[in-house]
Amino acid sequence: MMIPCPYCGDRDVSEFRYGGDATKQRPQHGTGDLKTWHDYYFLFDNPKGPHTEYWQHVLGCRRWFKLARNTATNEIGGVVS
Amino acid sequence: MSKHYSALALARHALDPDLPWPRAWEKPTPKSSYDVVIVGGGGHGLATAYYLAKNHGITNVAVIERNYIGSGNVGRNTTLIRSNYMMGGNTAFFEHSLKLWEGLSHDLNFNCMVSQRGQIVLAVSPVQMDVFARRGNIMRLNGIDAELLDPGEVRKLLPYLDWSKDARWPIHGAIMQPRAGTVRHDAVAWGYARAASALGVHIIENCEVTGFVIDDGKVSGVETSQGRINAGKVGIAVAGHTSHVAKMAGLRLPIESHILQAFVTEPIKPIVDHVVSWGAELFYLSQSDKGGLVFGAHIDGFNTYTQRGQFNRIQTVAECAVSLMPFISRLRLLRHWGGIQDMTPDGSPFICRTEVKNLYLNGGWCYQGFKATPASGWTFSHTIANDQEHELVRDFGLDRFEKGRELDEFGLGNWTYKQ
Repeated sequence: MMIPCPYCGDRDVSEFRYGGDATKQRPQHGTGDLKTWHDYYFLFDNPKGPHTEYWQHVLGCRRWFKLARNTATNEIGGVVS
Repeated sequence: MSKHYSALALARHALDPDLPWPRAWEKPTPKSSYDVVIVGGGGHGLATAYYLAKNHGITNVAVIERNYIGSGNVGRNTTLIRSNYMMGGNTAFFEHSLKLWEGLSHDLNFNCMVSQRGQIVLAVSPVQMDVFARRGNIMRLNGIDAELLDPGEVRKLLPYLDWSKDARWPIHGAIMQPRAGTVRHDAVAWGYARAASALGVHIIENCEVTGFVIDDGKVSGVETSQGRINAGKVGIAVAGHTSHVAKMAGLRLPIESHILQAFVTEPIKPIVDHVVSWGAELFYLSQSDKGGLVFGAHIDGFNTYTQRGQFNRIQTVAECAVSLMPFISRLRLLRHWGGIQDMTPDGSPFICRTEVKNLYLNGGWCYQGFKATPASGWTFSHTIANDQEHELVRDFGLDRFEKGRELDEFGLGNWTYKQ
């Protein structure tokens, strides 16, 4: 699988580190009860289909970015700004 | 026509080729209603149905499988069984599983080819030997077999490893579980299916569950590609796709689906007599009855439902194999394949009730689904029959994260596989 780094271009997946679901909203500091933080940290939609996620080009420019990928096919939808 | 498998039956069929072997399991038309419906006809689902009938006398059961029996993870693993765990919630559960494996072929009247060839985990540093000594002591205190081996003892058992002075990872010893080994995984699926069917369980293949019928927080059936099937209770056992299926019941779970690859080389003469695991990297191997070396390794590292692995994992596995056993450097990989597994924050599974009444969850098996199959079925069937978790799975609840009772076998913290 090739990942399009926004700075370096298409590079092999082995150069990247996966950072998880990028659509989660972190609760504001000092707000929310235990359940809010539990759900934020532990629960995932884990969809079979379109997914927006974080990747880091850890063996390259080390940039973090958001990527659209289909988890059912690994088809890359491109970088999400 | 003989339904019981035996040497006599084999002889009778050999002498009379016109005598047909009966179907191993029936192909019934789904009824409109069952006492219990199990979603997922993998090893865990079939074992659950079998023990529901055998241990709890509940035979009005349907196992609904989207594909055919044996098509999923039960046929995509590296066939390992072991119980070298040390956390309180794990030890008794996995040891119970190993004990069930030991008697499974007789219990099911199906040769599962259980081979207790022993698992040897190699230490590549003195510190790792200390860690293994601790693990071994905890195992023995729990009545599980474990032996610490010094380098000389390991060399006697595994003379084919790289014992040269310039080995990249010199071997400092090992921990061995003699009762660990391998099982023919297809036979497990077929054996449980046949034994469950003989007790009256309906196994419905090529039927996809497309939804749950839920009223007032209580499940009363499933929608399938062959129509609605009513059920008193419903169990989900679809690890790999647990999030996908549970979402239809409105559940959001602490699970991500990841791919784990396995590999087999071209066949060679018998050389690897044990299951050998490496302390330097997550890598292990055994030799199949056909002669191929079977390699297992780490997950690819990002969530996916595709059963296609990435090339960089193949490269890592080849590097591990050659580093451990340089003489196989010219051996060719014959096949590699991927299975989708539920990864959980602490690497431990779920067998529990859910927030939907009469809906029960079995999933989150991470790397350890196959070896758990018998105990998983044993305890999940108890949980469904009694609407109460079996004592062996009291730590496998969905609520363990909010209660601070994570079952972190390796003491590494949450989501370590993503780091």
